[in-house]
Amino acid sequence: MEKSTWTTRVGLAQMLKGGVIMDVVTPEQARIAEEAGAVAVMALERVPADIRAQGGVARMSDPELILAIMEAVTIPVMAKARIGHFVESQVLEALGIDYIDESEVLTPADEEFHINKHAFKVPFVCGCRNLGEGLRRVAEGAAMLRTKGEAGTGNVVEAVRHARAVYGEIRCLQSMNEDELFSAAKNLQAPYELVRQVAQTGRLPVVNFAAGGVATPADAALMMQLGVDGVFVGSGIFKSGDPARRARAIVEATTHYNEPEVIAEVSKGLGEAMVGIEISSIPADQLLAERGW
Amino acid sequence: MTVGILALQGDFREHEEILRSIGAPTLLVRQPKQLEHVDRLIIPGGESTTIGKLMALYHLLAPIRQRAGQTLTLWGTCAGAILMSRQLVGKHASDQPALAVMDITVRRNAFGRQLDSFETMVQMPVIGAQPIAGVFIRAPIIEAAGDGVEVLARIDDDTIVAARQGRLLVTTFHPELSGDDRVHRYFLEL
Repeated sequence: MEKSTWTTRVGLAQMLKGGVIMDVVTPEQARIAEEAGAVAVMALERVPADIRAQGGVARMSDPELILAIMEAVTIPVMAKARIGHFVESQVLEALGIDYIDESEVLTPADEEFHINKHAFKVPFVCGCRNLGEGLRRVAEGAAMLRTKGEAGTGNVVEAVRHARAVYGEIRCLQSMNEDELFSAAKNLQAPYELVRQVAQTGRLPVVNFAAGGVATPADAALMMQLGVDGVFVGSGIFKSGDPARRARAIVEATTHYNEPEVIAEVSKGLGEAMVGIEISSIPADQLLAERGW
Repeated sequence: MTVGILALQGDFREHEEILRSIGAPTLLVRQPKQLEHVDRLIIPGGESTTIGKLMALYHLLAPIRQRAGQTLTLWGTCAGAILMSRQLVGKHASDQPALAVMDITVRRNAFGRQLDSFETMVQMPVIGAQPIAGVFIRAPIIEAAGDGVEVLARIDDDTIVAARQGRLLVTTFHPELSGDDRVHRYFLEL
């Protein structure tokens, strides 16, 4: 018997496919998310919208809070560590967390190196804006990817941009011959072996969810139709008027993403969505998606 | 003969790919109307709470339960096995919607959290002498099996990991992740 193999780490992400992972800041919210049909929760002290509003250095959450959330639900619990902060990740692994998000939503601890995720038994999910960035994270040991979007904005435009970039670049690779792939790997700044694998299979080596800006059932279905395997919803649920109902509606829209009648039905009377932010109104140094190298 | 794969959530694509590779016609099932076209159904791995809630919400529990084991041959992998068991034990087990069609007692997340997920070789004589690579992800345990249930495989400490009751099949591991199609072929012959 071998524990925490690459297959089991990638495999948990495969089990989450077609599902919604929700940010929660209390055990009570975690139970609401589970009850609504979330496949996992992300345990946080502050949702991205609040991190954005309050500023300051955003760090790993208090272990006590994370443990209380793990206790509250039976679905997997994820938590965020700062980019490059491998000790926060060691702490999260020691707590027995199910997945670590090396996340640009927190303030980076290292502006050159990401965590060597091969050194851990717990699986990691990492953000990406394009194929090259995603494959660099996989090379470092990420067992799951998510397109970054722009967290805490309730604006899906960046999530769409990043998903279109990733899947467009995959289609591009598929049309290339062997010679061209070497150059493509150089241009993508990604390992040749992974680039070749993507070109051959026409898909990412790991599961990829959308994140950063999903606020409505239609947003979730949009991302699914663009090709992602599932969605993360951060501020979009618990910053809205009726979280339980909106959470359930987003879960249903993610499952039935190809059925407009269902999306129409679940979108009725959900109350107020979170207030969105126009991306161009955000100062360049406060764009979270720019973090990560 | 079309094999339905419940596609509400989880790794249904992996099952679909294996079935396609062995030439079995497949249909992804998300609504009751699609059930009418299938005589076999796989309930994939995923989050059993999510799949159970969506089955209840989209009125899939009753029509599957009615036909299960008779005009509908069922196979549940991991989460699917949880949903098929008559007795579910463990944290929050009682508030989970389920099919409850097979005489087994199942405990969720019985090996622990994700860090306790593992791989091990599984001897399953009905698919051949060669063991199959068993991938166990936050896997449940079949704690007890009723009289009409045939145990198909156990792992080292005697834990039941595959069982059959007539045309109902459960595995607590994921043959769809192992690149081995023998359990799928076995299911097609049930």
